[in-house]
Amino acid sequence: MHFPILTSLITLPIVGAILLLFVRDDERSEGTVRAIALVVSTLVFAETLLLWYHFNAASAEFQFVERHAWIPAFGISYFVGVDGISLLLVVLTGFLTPVALLSSWESVHQRARAFAIFILLLESAMIGVFVSLDLFLFYVFWDAMLVPMYFLIGIWGYERRIYAAIKFLLYTMAGSVLMLLAILGLAYLHNVATGQYSFDLLQLYQLSISGQAQFWLFLAFALAFAIKVPLFPFHTWLPDAHVEAPTAGSVILAGVLLKMGTYGLLRFAFPLFPAAAVYFAPLLATLAVVGIIYGALVAMVQPDMKKLVAYSSVSHLGFVVLGIASMNMQGTQGAVYQMIAHGISTGALFLIVGMLSDRRHTRLIAEYGGLKNVMPHLVAAFLIVTLSSIGLPGLNGFVGEFLILLGAFKWNPRMAAFAATGVILSATYMLWMFQRVNYGTVTNEKNARLVDLRPREWLVIVPMIVVVVLMGIFPNIFLKPTGPSVERMLNQVQQGSAPARIEAQATSPEPRVSGVRVASPEPRAPK
Amino acid sequence: MIPALNAIVPMACVVAAGIAAMIAEAFNPPDERMPIAPLGVIGLAGAALASAALWDKNASSFGLVSADNFGLFVTGILVVVGLLSLSISPPTIDREDLPRGEYYALMLFALAGMMLMATATDLLVIFLALEVLSIAVYVLTGIRRDSPVATEAAFKYFLLGAFSSAFFLYGIAFTYGVTGSTRLDRIGSVLAAQSLNATPMTLAAVGLLIVGFAFKVSAVPFHMWTPDAYEGAPPPVTAFMSTGVKAAAFAAFVRVFLSALEPLRASWSTVLWPVAASTMIVGTVVGVAQTSVKRMLAYSSIAHGGYLLLALISGNDIGKGAVLFYLLTYAVTNIGAFGVIALLEDRDRPNDQVSDYAGLWHDHPVLAALMTIFLLSLGGFPPMAGFIAKWYVFSAAIKSGYVGLAIIGVLTSVVSVFFYLRIVVMMYMTPASETIARFPPVPKIAGAALVVSALAIFYLGLLPARVLDWAAASISTIF
Repeated sequence: MHFPILTSLITLPIVGAILLLFVRDDERSEGTVRAIALVVSTLVFAETLLLWYHFNAASAEFQFVERHAWIPAFGISYFVGVDGISLLLVVLTGFLTPVALLSSWESVHQRARAFAIFILLLESAMIGVFVSLDLFLFYVFWDAMLVPMYFLIGIWGYERRIYAAIKFLLYTMAGSVLMLLAILGLAYLHNVATGQYSFDLLQLYQLSISGQAQFWLFLAFALAFAIKVPLFPFHTWLPDAHVEAPTAGSVILAGVLLKMGTYGLLRFAFPLFPAAAVYFAPLLATLAVVGIIYGALVAMVQPDMKKLVAYSSVSHLGFVVLGIASMNMQGTQGAVYQMIAHGISTGALFLIVGMLSDRRHTRLIAEYGGLKNVMPHLVAAFLIVTLSSIGLPGLNGFVGEFLILLGAFKWNPRMAAFAATGVILSATYMLWMFQRVNYGTVTNEKNARLVDLRPREWLVIVPMIVVVVLMGIFPNIFLKPTGPSVERMLNQVQQGSAPARIEAQATSPEPRVSGVRVASPEPRAPK
Repeated sequence: MIPALNAIVPMACVVAAGIAAMIAEAFNPPDERMPIAPLGVIGLAGAALASAALWDKNASSFGLVSADNFGLFVTGILVVVGLLSLSISPPTIDREDLPRGEYYALMLFALAGMMLMATATDLLVIFLALEVLSIAVYVLTGIRRDSPVATEAAFKYFLLGAFSSAFFLYGIAFTYGVTGSTRLDRIGSVLAAQSLNATPMTLAAVGLLIVGFAFKVSAVPFHMWTPDAYEGAPPPVTAFMSTGVKAAAFAAFVRVFLSALEPLRASWSTVLWPVAASTMIVGTVVGVAQTSVKRMLAYSSIAHGGYLLLALISGNDIGKGAVLFYLLTYAVTNIGAFGVIALLEDRDRPNDQVSDYAGLWHDHPVLAALMTIFLLSLGGFPPMAGFIAKWYVFSAAIKSGYVGLAIIGVLTSVVSVFFYLRIVVMMYMTPASETIARFPPVPKIAGAALVVSALAIFYLGLLPARVLDWAAASISTIF
């Protein structure tokens, strides 16, 4: 029995949060609170790096697996493990949480203790989402994560924070409760086929499900994930949540939470319902491409920097979904890569916008201008991050988008062609915004004496830029561990949707029950 | 002890405690304050011990009361309800200067009635138990005699309750006319023999029984009394009746419909389907429009009745276990929520508007946190108990193929989250309008009871396996 590293990753932030409950909640202990939170989250990050170090990149299997019975009567277990896809997301979570905490030191003075507690609880739930291999456990973390985020937006956000917080929570929940029913339906189908309930992902992968059932179950899962991604037209919660959230909240929201949607598609929706996935892939891709172009066009006309970055997320996440929908090696690996890259570069963009808004208490582009003369260091960082978001070769954004477009082209050249316009558009809106904020002369008196990067801000932004460059120059560090896992996932989808599956011997000892088999490679649409 | 009496030992303990409370009050010098609540605690502890000893024994008394595991599980829930209600009551009693002896005695007698209702296996005894608990609860509702709101609430509750009792009695009479018996097992076997052609008389009997039960569990369209009664009664009484009455009524509901009337399932499930759907929908949709926290929770309790009905209609082994687990969860959670309301009440102002909760986080951070836990659990968020309970109910519905109802259920629970969050928004995200200490300090026992409830919620949400097993074992003995 090895050290239960994944469990310790989930519990460590909770332990930190409980520890914080014993610190006095007043002005004087603010430093202690921050130190504890920062130390705990840094420890978690160190542990995620350790996880990566011990991870066997050549294997496609789930590693560091732990399994304990939880509700045995229903086949529910505490079952966690990572493969190449989730490993990087766990590391990303571990990386962004201390950064987010650090970024909040200036802007959050009220109730700093509660703030730190919610961030730590959120971290625990996020890691839980990525490592769960039991659908019930996954759902528990998925829903539990909403609560701390809701408080973060609602308490420490900007003017319309309450509206944004409730909208965020209700939107996500409305999607996910239907997924809950689908999970229950899946467990029930497992019961029909084998006589036992199971929420175990690996067992459910083995289940063959009729085309009709796949159609509905996939829809329920895909809806939950599409809202989370967010895929056009389910994106309307995102700009509100992003704009109103405090900087730390935006960083985590953009960096990690949005990835849960695409991760869910990769881990659950596609491999569990391969026939339906093949059937729905063109639709998903179409929505993704619409989202890419729509997000970019809307981003272009935003007067508010945060809103601009929020809409750019809609556009970038569209690429990820397109890569997943293309269901080939390049597209999917590109999607996984882009998930990480987007988390870093959009996180960094939100950090920089947060730094500007901490100084000026406004995020309107028109309020700025000529910042390059006032704070050259910050603008230099801003430039690198902007270029990485555009996808300049040599920085992290390029690799993912390139692989996705390659994959999409192999699958459907027309989609790729439309999506590629998004790359051009992103250059337009990002550079235009950058130019208006940073170049020219200082027109607004208030901008003339802004301070450049403070030491703490250096500490926040430098690691982000290091990762941006590292991911751009040595993409293989990040691509290698994902390869085998992505391949296994794609095989699973291909086998599951291939005609050969019909003759395959099922594991079920029960006589065949109608409606639990794959009827045809192309599932019928319901009448 | 005479074995024939074994099955009624739990409620006998509670009745004895109730009588002791009355005597203690009667012989109490007027200037001396005697603690009466501990008498009730002793009685409830006795009931709990007796239930534990009777577990798996299937004791039966007079052929009318059966202490099977199902009944004992509900008795256990009622003991929890009783203990928590007793511990949150003293602040309200002191503040409102309520007659303490009568208050505790009535509460204990109501509990005895509830326990009898949960274990009775004869329709007439169920009716008797229903009356015992109802009359005690009517009085408790109106125990603030000088308050017009409370009097109105009690009167409404009494009139409509008397109506529903009449319906129920009519139903018993029709059932007797059809089957020649009031005993559930005999009714079941007679109906099973003639189930293929249900006569209009049989259907009338079933319909009247449904009306009677639907009143007591406040299912739509028989829910009208609920918001008024819940708002008018003192908050600890509301906590008590919203959980205890519901638990007892659902226990009898399940017992009658899933054992005696099981052969007629096709008939009654078509009637209960729209009742469950409209109960969930009306409870949540109307709840959104409320400005009083009490009324909001009243509608929420109506909606929760809808989820319980969903489990009842599903009727499979999961559904029966789900009813038990849900009742336990709901009891712990709802008493907690009403307990917070009770502690915030002030002599001069009830503090029961949603806007009164503004800034509670600053004044009473612990109470605000507890209230948040209770509300999130009511809304069905993991890792709270409410999530497991809802998941259990929806599993039952999916298994029996009631996907439509399950979808209504999950969507209404999203809507309900909206109004639960309104309170959270007030507590955490809205600054208080006035800075003076508006809320009374928290008494130790009541505060401890709330903390215990919150811990129980986390226990049931994180490690539900053992209680789920108990619930499953409870239903296997009789059905």
